[in-house]
Amino acid sequence: MKYIDEYRDKKVVLALAEEIRRKSTRPLAFMEVCGGHTMSVQRFGIPSLLPSHIRLLSGPGCPVCVSSRKFIDQAIAYSRLKDVIIATYGDLIRVPGSTSSLDQEKANGANIRVVFSIMDALELAKRSPEKQVIFLGIGFETTAPASATAVLSAYREGIHNFFLYSSHKIMPPAMAALVDEGVRIDGYIAPGHVSTITGTSIYKDISEKFRLGCVISGFEPVDLMESILMLVNQMEEGNPRVEIQYKRAVKPEGNIKAREILDEVFELRDDWWRGLGILPRSGYGIRPYYSAHDSEKMIEVDVEPTREDKGCICGEILKGLKNPKECKLFGTACTPQNPVGACMVSNEGACQAYYRYNR
Amino acid sequence: MTKNEKILLGHGSGGKLSHDLIHDLFFRYFNNEFLNKQTDSAVLPVDSGLVSFTTDSFVVDPLFFPGGNIGKLAICGTVNDLAVSGAVPKFISTGFIIEEGLPFKDLEEIVRSMAEEAARAGVIIVTGDTKVVNREKCDKVFINTSGIGILEPRFRHIGTGEGICPGDKIIINGSVGDHGMAVLAARNDLNIRGEIKSDCASLNGLIQKILSATDGVKFMRDPTRGGVATVLSELATGKPYGIMTDEAKIPVNRQVRAFCELLGFDPMYVANEGKVIIVSDPLAAGDILKIMQEDPLGKEASIIGEVSGEYHGKAWMKTGIGGNRILDMLAGEQLPRIC
Repeated sequence: MKYIDEYRDKKVVLALAEEIRRKSTRPLAFMEVCGGHTMSVQRFGIPSLLPSHIRLLSGPGCPVCVSSRKFIDQAIAYSRLKDVIIATYGDLIRVPGSTSSLDQEKANGANIRVVFSIMDALELAKRSPEKQVIFLGIGFETTAPASATAVLSAYREGIHNFFLYSSHKIMPPAMAALVDEGVRIDGYIAPGHVSTITGTSIYKDISEKFRLGCVISGFEPVDLMESILMLVNQMEEGNPRVEIQYKRAVKPEGNIKAREILDEVFELRDDWWRGLGILPRSGYGIRPYYSAHDSEKMIEVDVEPTREDKGCICGEILKGLKNPKECKLFGTACTPQNPVGACMVSNEGACQAYYRYNR
Repeated sequence: MTKNEKILLGHGSGGKLSHDLIHDLFFRYFNNEFLNKQTDSAVLPVDSGLVSFTTDSFVVDPLFFPGGNIGKLAICGTVNDLAVSGAVPKFISTGFIIEEGLPFKDLEEIVRSMAEEAARAGVIIVTGDTKVVNREKCDKVFINTSGIGILEPRFRHIGTGEGICPGDKIIINGSVGDHGMAVLAARNDLNIRGEIKSDCASLNGLIQKILSATDGVKFMRDPTRGGVATVLSELATGKPYGIMTDEAKIPVNRQVRAFCELLGFDPMYVANEGKVIIVSDPLAAGDILKIMQEDPLGKEASIIGEVSGEYHGKAWMKTGIGGNRILDMLAGEQLPRIC
């Protein structure tokens, strides 16, 4: 398969592993920010190829995991309203809210549809004019442009029954907050798909201020191994900086058109991150001009008080302070079949990745 | 019934419509000496040996997909459950729960496929039942099949895998993930066009060939829901041995791989309906592989791993790039990734 096989070439991967072993002289910790990276690292068994003094930590890059419980509670409350259809990516439906989940609400009769793209939700709204269709918008700079495009289309085509409930977030504030809080890492394996939109400039401040390596990486084993080697080289040379490994997809300037659409529809607002709390100007709210498609403005709903689970250390795991195996719920009270924390629900969550591939 | 007609509640009432449906459709296609007696229960001859008995229900959406339909699946599924226990499948029962409004021609196509597949597998559909429920009380049609097979006592261990020990080989008869991805691709909501065909097939012929040629089969299982990873993980759980597989040896069709990549699925967890995993004595593995590769249902057969004295209780996989990772049971459904 083109664009895949060449990046899963065993010889190349093993040569990179050898090079890493040769170059690296001291303990280093790198954080992969993106959930897609976490999944690849575990699925291909990358840690088993690295010298034991190089540690990989999983960061806050799984959209489901960082979304607040209040977001889920509000989505559940929407789903209980008459004539509302909730359209969502599949990952969200099993995330536990304070007292229920979308999965449970679906079993109780709520109209909840799993879609593969927000455009399917828009089509659903066109086909069901008597219903209000609310799309649950999660994800970072990667999924946010699609949500923005859908809002623009709904506005232009007058699809009055389509709403976005936005929990979209941007990556850099979380990356900075982690280091600010004292999480000790030497560099970031920076998210590939986010960077296709944003370009490299968003990492410059973080890299300079905290003297951190920052390598924008692709998702295949060769990509990850090469990125780790680049980070090792930066550290060994004492010259941490922003570099692009994922050159086949990421340009330094990013995708200007996508950023224009983001800017047209969204404005930055303070937002709540699991494990990190409120981070200033870290979330995408819908601009007032498009409020006709903003569920938070248009659809009133009573939301139950949020209750967080005791014992779940998702927050510390998301910050890379602890690894899933250090959680006393891991694999016992909290499993993919019966998740307590969001990190166990999502395919890209650190806990599920550990559970599936590395228990 | 004419081609444009639909199934009505009356077809399940036990009255005239039911009678007509049974005669014009089920008897016509399933026609055999046991069914034709129209007794309340079929009376079956049993040779010496043990009776193997299984049941399964089929609720696939969509009903028709490339490579098969719910009817064919309902026969293959039950035939395979018997065959992988080491039994020779003989008799099948079938129960239909039909949603009012199902086009008659769809039901006819399903029943025709069942008759065809039963003939191919050499099993006889000896008894059946039909119920019709109100609209939206079931999804078009659900089918339950049960099956009876005859098991030679010397194959008793095959269902449980009692004799498995380190050094045994793990063999599969072909590519993994075809059925699950074919069904997913056939769902309209994904809007994906492709040529992925379900591997849905009755495996009893192939398995009989193997069992009559060698005594080396220690365990068999069909990796349906949950896929190959789930079977291997279940097999190792709580055992004094582990399982090591080699990703490079596991056949995956190009299009299945591409579709899995697109959705973020792992083919090792995707359902198969025409695959058998065999754990065999290392001395018999070559013969088994050869028999498989000479059969149309085993052309791509491969030895994918072996039972290991290490990794107690766990199934591991050497990844294509040389790393190691665990194979665990599937939790919930595989969900498409979002970014």
